[in-house]
Amino acid sequence: MPNREPGSPGAVKDLPAEGVQRFDAELFPILRRYPEDRKASAMLPALRIGEHVFGYLSPPVMALAADRLGVSPARAQEVATFYVMFNTKPVGRHVVEICTNVSCCLTGADRIFRALKQKLGVENGGTTADGLITLREVECLGSCGTAPAMLVDEEMIEQLTLQKVEKILGSLG
Amino acid sequence: MSETLILTPRWGTKDSHTLASYRRDGGYAALAKALAMAPSAIVDEVKASNLRGRGGAGFACGLKWTFLPKDVRPRYLTVNADESEPGTFKDRYIIEYDPHMLLEGIAIACYANDIHTAYIYIRGEFKRQAEILEVAIAEEYQAGILGPRLLGKLDFALDVHVHRGAGAYICGEESALLESLEGKKGYPRLKPPFPAVIGLYGKPTIINNVETIANVPWIVQHGGAAFAALGVGKSGGTRLFCVSGHVNRPGVYEKPVHYNLKRLIMEDCGGVLGGRQVKAVIPGGSSAPVLTGDEIDVSMEFDALKAVGTMAGSGGVIVMDDSTCMVRALSRISKFYADESCGQCTPCREGTPWMEGLLERIEHGLGVPGDVDKLAQMANNIGGQTICALGDAAAMPVQSFVKKFRAEFERHVTERRCPFGDHAWGKNQETREAVIGGVTAQV
Repeated sequence: MPNREPGSPGAVKDLPAEGVQRFDAELFPILRRYPEDRKASAMLPALRIGEHVFGYLSPPVMALAADRLGVSPARAQEVATFYVMFNTKPVGRHVVEICTNVSCCLTGADRIFRALKQKLGVENGGTTADGLITLREVECLGSCGTAPAMLVDEEMIEQLTLQKVEKILGSLG
Repeated sequence: MSETLILTPRWGTKDSHTLASYRRDGGYAALAKALAMAPSAIVDEVKASNLRGRGGAGFACGLKWTFLPKDVRPRYLTVNADESEPGTFKDRYIIEYDPHMLLEGIAIACYANDIHTAYIYIRGEFKRQAEILEVAIAEEYQAGILGPRLLGKLDFALDVHVHRGAGAYICGEESALLESLEGKKGYPRLKPPFPAVIGLYGKPTIINNVETIANVPWIVQHGGAAFAALGVGKSGGTRLFCVSGHVNRPGVYEKPVHYNLKRLIMEDCGGVLGGRQVKAVIPGGSSAPVLTGDEIDVSMEFDALKAVGTMAGSGGVIVMDDSTCMVRALSRISKFYADESCGQCTPCREGTPWMEGLLERIEHGLGVPGDVDKLAQMANNIGGQTICALGDAAAMPVQSFVKKFRAEFERHVTERRCPFGDHAWGKNQETREAVIGGVTAQV
């Protein structure tokens, strides 16, 4: 894979031009944080921006990130599949991630998670039939004192009860 | 016992996260003082302070700084804000309540070690905390504290950047963190060479935990000896202890580094919920070997906990009451390590899911005679056999739970069920208020 300069038009023909523009506009200021010859350092931010702009990390989105950072698409894919926060498959409109690690379960997370699976009719990692919510069990979120905790579209919500969770899910449109 | 608070006095005060409020409370006086000192004199103060790494390993901070080779540039500082050890939730509050204290510590550490670029590696799930840091850093550039002239005075350029992870416990391991910062998957590196010699981009790199660095301004202001005097032996200062689980008042407590564990749980945290007994305590994050309720009358200082067969780790204290099933708890801990094993080393990649599966089997009453021995044997074959400490971290809980609660494991096998039924996580599971550095948590 040749090392292309960032900004080259390569590998982007399968993506909408407007999205690519937004991707570049968000990524390029971040590249300044890393040494000139170490642009690949921006892989995590690039993939995050790609997911934000295009919805999920499809192969063309990973290829775009790789192209802008001068590395092979395989490298982008390797990173995208290593970190659990990246989605390489489409997800629901909202992603609900509940921690079921020890401190959360000691305060009821296990029961909440089970009730949610039943209510939404999905298994761990599943998306509701209407495509609204993807439910996922995640590891410790660093909210053990204010447990149980969950992320809704990456926003942390703490001191959960089943009633509180149901109310939040009900408000998701 | 000293009541000195270093890290938490401003928590919960109005706008404590802003530069204006930090300056009003005397912020950046330590950096001004530092800039009038010789860099080596700052390193000497940190050495004299007996500040030990607050991320888990407890390594002497000042000594770590002296490992940088003298003549290689550039050097980097990487601040580890990947707080992911189950039971640990302190660094996030330093960032939420007092980000400028951390940034002042970073500035002093960089000046002391002739470093001109620092990265704060923050876990991906801390989106809000990353945003708080970005705002705080922008405030400092605008005020001329960061940038081409440090504190607007010295001809010393310093840039600080936030680098947000994307969900991987392993990236809290310092060499995996560097890989991740270089844009790769978080595979730990073989050591040696240590990061101080060959770190980020192959250059000398210091990696310190958020809490460790946040102590540096106080040390410069009050002197290393004053910090050392707050602690005991080779451990200076106070520490943020995170208490979670079945206590009446979970939260973050700043206490002298050698504070008594039982006192923390029974007095500061108001004892166990519903007046139940303490059955088990994990004293330093989920990797730390478990203590029974009878073993908690101990100092939480690094060497003191080591002497009783466990570790102070990250300061994450998880309390389980006498109605909690130890097999259920351990099986969840083992699931965590199986989920988070990076897959690089065979014993950890293969062994952690195997332990998890066997524990699930025992918990669900499907264990057979010999399973408990097999479990202990598996753990022994993972510990010490891997590149990084995750293998040990997965093995230690298994070894300690089986050793200390063996009868309970055997009972699951002989009774072919979990004796705790559907309340394996304890009879009192309700959500409760938390105390965060003296204030009630606002969530």
